Amino acid sequence: MNDSDDIVREFLVESYENLDRLDRDLLQLEKNPNNREILASVFRTIHTIKGTSGFLAFNQLGAVTHVGESLLGLLRDGQKALDRDITNALLAMVDTVRQILASIEATGSEGERNDDGLISRLTRLQGLPEAAPPAEPPTEPKAAAAAAAAGAGEMSGGESSYAAAGTSKAGNAKSESFEVGSFMITNEPAITACPAPPAVMAEKLAAVPADEAADAQPALQAAAGPSAADRTIRLDVSLLDRLMNLVGELVLARNQILQFANRTEDSGLLLPSQRLNLITSELQEGVMKTRMQPIGNIWNKFPRTVRDLALGCGKQVRVEMEGQETELDKTLIEAIKDPLTHLVRNAVDHGVERPEVRQAAGKNPEGRLALRAFHEGGQVNIEISDDGAGLDQERIRNKAIQKGLISAEQAGRLTDREIVNLVFLPGFSTAEKLTNVSGRGVGMDVVKTYIEKIGGTVELQSRPGKGVMVRMKIPLTLAIIPALIVTSAGERYAVPQVSLLELVRVEPAAERNGIEMIHGAPVYRLRGRLLPLVYLNRELQVGSEPSTAVEGDAGDVQAVNIVVLEADGRQFGLVVDFINDTEEIVVKPLSKHLKSISVYAGATIMGDGKVALILDVLGLARGSRILTEGREHGRAGAAEATAEAAARQQKLVLFSGPGASRMAVPLELLARLENIPGAQVERSGNQWVTQYRGQILPLIRVGHALEERRHLPALDDVQLPTTAMLQVLVLEHERQSFGLVVHEILDIVESALEPRSPATRACVLHSSVIADRVTELLDVPALLAAGERYEPVLATDPNRAERRADT
Amino acid sequence: MANARQFCTFYLNHLLFGVESQKIQEVVTYRELRPVPLAPPAVSGLMNLRGQVVVALELRRQLELPDRLADLKPVCLVVRAAGGAVCLLADEVGNVVDVEDETFEPSPETLSPRLRSVILGVHKLEHELMHVLDTDRACEV
Repeated sequence: MNDSDDIVREFLVESYENLDRLDRDLLQLEKNPNNREILASVFRTIHTIKGTSGFLAFNQLGAVTHVGESLLGLLRDGQKALDRDITNALLAMVDTVRQILASIEATGSEGERNDDGLISRLTRLQGLPEAAPPAEPPTEPKAAAAAAAAGAGEMSGGESSYAAAGTSKAGNAKSESFEVGSFMITNEPAITACPAPPAVMAEKLAAVPADEAADAQPALQAAAGPSAADRTIRLDVSLLDRLMNLVGELVLARNQILQFANRTEDSGLLLPSQRLNLITSELQEGVMKTRMQPIGNIWNKFPRTVRDLALGCGKQVRVEMEGQETELDKTLIEAIKDPLTHLVRNAVDHGVERPEVRQAAGKNPEGRLALRAFHEGGQVNIEISDDGAGLDQERIRNKAIQKGLISAEQAGRLTDREIVNLVFLPGFSTAEKLTNVSGRGVGMDVVKTYIEKIGGTVELQSRPGKGVMVRMKIPLTLAIIPALIVTSAGERYAVPQVSLLELVRVEPAAERNGIEMIHGAPVYRLRGRLLPLVYLNRELQVGSEPSTAVEGDAGDVQAVNIVVLEADGRQFGLVVDFINDTEEIVVKPLSKHLKSISVYAGATIMGDGKVALILDVLGLARGSRILTEGREHGRAGAAEATAEAAARQQKLVLFSGPGASRMAVPLELLARLENIPGAQVERSGNQWVTQYRGQILPLIRVGHALEERRHLPALDDVQLPTTAMLQVLVLEHERQSFGLVVHEILDIVESALEPRSPATRACVLHSSVIADRVTELLDVPALLAAGERYEPVLATDPNRAERRADT
Repeated sequence: MANARQFCTFYLNHLLFGVESQKIQEVVTYRELRPVPLAPPAVSGLMNLRGQVVVALELRRQLELPDRLADLKPVCLVVRAAGGAVCLLADEVGNVVDVEDETFEPSPETLSPRLRSVILGVHKLEHELMHVLDTDRACEV
């Protein structure tokens, strides 16, 4: 590592920043070509890069920026008006500069380049009435002056530190920098030494036509701009991290002192300790703030991205931003940069329609891409919405089925919202063909993975014809998060509040009605829905089983505390011994020894100095198999109906069929298991129905549908049930709910469905051995097809059963 | 003295062990550890070391020695390992000793392969043998 490397790195960091600003400025300028302030800012930026590149002997960079600067000089002096051609050329120049910088970053040199095309394009655009070359020299000395002055601390804080590095660090800096200086001087005999900063100011002012008094104002403002930059310094993030850690320690020490001080009567200790308390809190807040950055920092480059993309695909897109000042932790800003860019590209490429299509649909031909950020509930919400055509649900559905991400069965049961969120499944892309814009394999699943990695969530809403909105919820900071502290087996655990939905306390008296068992798997009826329960003690294999309370056989039944959590769209209840409080905790990473334990996300130090573990809700859900069927299943990527797919492990609901036979149906096909009182069953036409959640639920008696037809009693003979409870499997098929009335629900088991023997009757896929009993797997679609037209079908189509049995 | 090395010594089950002193960050008194359910058996828990969460490993378990009696409070040797600081629990700390390479002998073949990877060998001190610990290996679970 030597000093010149340091200088180059400084130069790169700063130039990248400047280029981002340049993109933004140029686009603003395009809208508002007469804004001198922006022009001056653009000019300055190019100036700086040119100057420094000369200083560091990057000739190609110098040559490109030089012509660009000359063109900008003409614009600034009002000799040329900005038009689209010039903007394009200037943007192309910015890109070239970026490429050169990237090459310098990667290899340390500019590489073999030929930018003559760009240079001549920029020169041509200068097309002055008189010959171009004579016009150049006058602008030249100013440029060089400013460039040289750049080293003297004119432009920004970074600049001055760079200059300091240049002169103080290198032992032979004096002669070296002079040499570099003289490299520029060879072109500019007028200048022999670096002018002092005041001289530069004068120079800058002189550069503005002095006869226009009005111009002095913006020029002064422009001159005032950099001085604001002087007040900022560039810091290594690791230094801030260290500060953050130290403050964390200070907070703990403060807590201990406070605990001790509160026990004494000594005001000599009490007062300073209270002051210490206040100062520490403020210090903590201040250090936290140093790591916060406005999200505008990454949004700034989107207008340029969008402009280029839109031009590339013949669309018109306007970018609107709201809440640029919303602040997030720096590490998070970095982490969401790529996903955000992807979403923005997606919106332009796939979301917004072409102008003619928009006009035909009665919309403004210019599409709108809105970026919105705001704080809510200790999180940052970021919304990216477009007013395009929205997602084509049918296409998504078909695509997902075709790719084997879900089965046709599942697809039928999905709500519209669930359908559009299928795009987050791995291996899904709606683009029919690869374009050079997006859809290059990095799909929405990557976006989701990225966001989840930093503890955020992402969801998508689509309204046909109105557009798509993607909403992300990101924690404010990774370092400090709000968390719920719970106790299990005497130890405290922190549950990140991001995943927390609600807290439920089941009193012993109400317990019997609340927590029930599905073959040993505890569930809780939360507002009529079954919430699977996970016992933290059991998952961590610690302490006593709190389940004694659930079974309620002992006298010492106690209240059950359920923390309702959501992981990857699935809800489950975490049963803990006590719920303590919510607290802001400082997240500490776990050592590599414990990384492999998926239920922990990290550790934290509590106010009393003790260590608590942070639970990883996703890991917990996976560990307890809450998350096995849904998403993981989708990843396995096979359609349900096929026999090969059925050979996988599945959760099956076992029930007794006609006679003493046992039957099974995959749990995932079912929406709910219900007990419906016989008294609530009504007749509608030739069907049994019941009122269920405000709908009419057709009931299909599995026993009857499977019965040999000749024994089938006519409907009139069948007595409506009056008193008994009917056990009903509720499922959705092709957006219609059905209830399958079964004899008795026996069990829910997990089993591989290997066909042992072919089906012997209608509506059965095959038979296999489950839990040591021969069990028939119900063919739900066939049953529904038969059941929908219940009696008539069976009466008029006697071959149906045979046909199915044959296949 | 070209081959001299400095070791921090400590005792485990009455055996003398040594770790190169530059590997030791500090030695702290025992403090309450936060047990970690589901962790490997050698992980005794997590420790708050001035605001840093450091994992504590039971050296007796790592070295296949019998567990410490409950009433004996261990000491914590904080060592710099590959993945950051790790706290190794020992019975009691000894001295800082200077040894020369001549007194070193590698572990005998009769030691189990796993132990031989952790215990590099012994230095023959005047009165006893000092087992030389490979800290990186000792910090692996």
